[in-house]
Amino acid sequence: MISISNLNKKFGRLQVLKDMNLRFERGVSYAMMGPNGSGKTTLIKSVLGLVIPDTGEIFVNDQNTRGNWHYRSDIGYMPQIGRYPDNMLIGQLFDMIRNLRKDKTSYDLELFERFGLNEMLDKPMRTLSGGTRQKVSAALAFMFDPGIYILDEPTAGLDPLAVEALKKKIAEERNRGKLIIITSHILSDLDELTSHAVYLVDGEVFYDNTIEELKAETGEIKFSSAIARLMEWSLNGVKKN
Amino acid sequence: MLKLLKYSLYNILRTRFALLYTLFLLMATLGIYSLDYDLSRVGLSLLNVVLLVVPLVCIIFATVHFYNSYEFMELMLAQPINRMTVFLSQILAVGLSLCLAFLIGAGLPMLIYGADSSLFYLLLVGVLLSLVFTGLAFLASVMTRDKARAIGITLLFWVYFSLIYDGLVIYLIYVFYDYPLEGATLAMVMLNPVDLARVIMLMQMDVSALMGFTGAFFQSFFGSAQGLLVSFSVLLIWILLPVWAAARVFKKKDL
Repeated sequence: MISISNLNKKFGRLQVLKDMNLRFERGVSYAMMGPNGSGKTTLIKSVLGLVIPDTGEIFVNDQNTRGNWHYRSDIGYMPQIGRYPDNMLIGQLFDMIRNLRKDKTSYDLELFERFGLNEMLDKPMRTLSGGTRQKVSAALAFMFDPGIYILDEPTAGLDPLAVEALKKKIAEERNRGKLIIITSHILSDLDELTSHAVYLVDGEVFYDNTIEELKAETGEIKFSSAIARLMEWSLNGVKKN
Repeated sequence: MLKLLKYSLYNILRTRFALLYTLFLLMATLGIYSLDYDLSRVGLSLLNVVLLVVPLVCIIFATVHFYNSYEFMELMLAQPINRMTVFLSQILAVGLSLCLAFLIGAGLPMLIYGADSSLFYLLLVGVLLSLVFTGLAFLASVMTRDKARAIGITLLFWVYFSLIYDGLVIYLIYVFYDYPLEGATLAMVMLNPVDLARVIMLMQMDVSALMGFTGAFFQSFFGSAQGLLVSFSVLLIWILLPVWAAARVFKKKDL
């Protein structure tokens, strides 16, 4: 469970998050959407403690995240652009992370093996293609069986086979009652995987409700059309929420 | 912490830069030894290396390393690991490897060809200066996201402490020539780690006679056990203060 209250963040003069309030419940999968620069990644990074908010509070599993780091053991995070130490080998990277994570002793290696990463353990990270890096990120996020998944554009750059494997895995985890947050611009993926829509515009929550409700409100049957309607509303300045 | 330090050290060793630096120091020291048999003159030549080259190499390497391990730090900070642990393991790894490189590079020839007490002081001062400039480099690095700007700032630190500061001190001494300046120059020396290191060494090498009355005053200060204790303590402050400031900034830094 993640609860965010009155969160503000400025980068220089630009206010990226404006007094944001959100709640993410366990057992629900969220589609986090919004135009480029609407604050999705900043919000995610704030939850992870990579970005330090100016004011406001974030609670993960009822632990305040400010100055705390233990709560991160229950989060599997897949960054938008996975950046890894250039001169490390894939095998070394996984060994290192496993070695540093003494909080978990059993590992979920399904994606690791499905993506064939176990066959390229001695490939240096700098030689990896964008898609393979993305596979590494996914395998790392799912390895420690966390209760919360935060996936920032998980399928971007993956080949169709890998996308299917990843989506299957996400669906399985969702069915096991995990909390899943996905940001993506690929609406068909979100439609398959999520049940709740969060739409951000200019650092504010523009819409936060179930996808069923969204469809009813917009009068659309298809998810993509409903989202398109939502975008229209936000552009025309219709106040929702 | 120890595990993270181990991985950070491993990362540094793999870049081979520390090895090259060790070899460079080794060759420079061996060269100096082969030119001169007089230990005090060896000490003076080595002093120039310690005062000019060591800070420059440390400050550049530490800055470049900080930016090169940005990905590593990002990766670590998404894991359940304390921010301070990540920061301290990085700075310790850089500091340790630079000190080790210096100790091996400059110390090994001393073991082979012999040394006197002033050369041991030189090793100590070199290690301390390495740490001072590692700290300053990290301070500059955490304050800006831009690698080029950080390198610019660190070079400015080096130029300031190695060249500009001395000019300012000499100018002040020249302007206030008619006044007793011993106390003031002592204070000014304390405000620059490179000068402090230089004066500590010169006093060890008995060349204070060349420096007139100020030299005699310094000799009485730095020659005493108490004076040495004070000056090494000030050098320690020069290490801890930038590290502390950098840690504070890093704690609130957005990655």
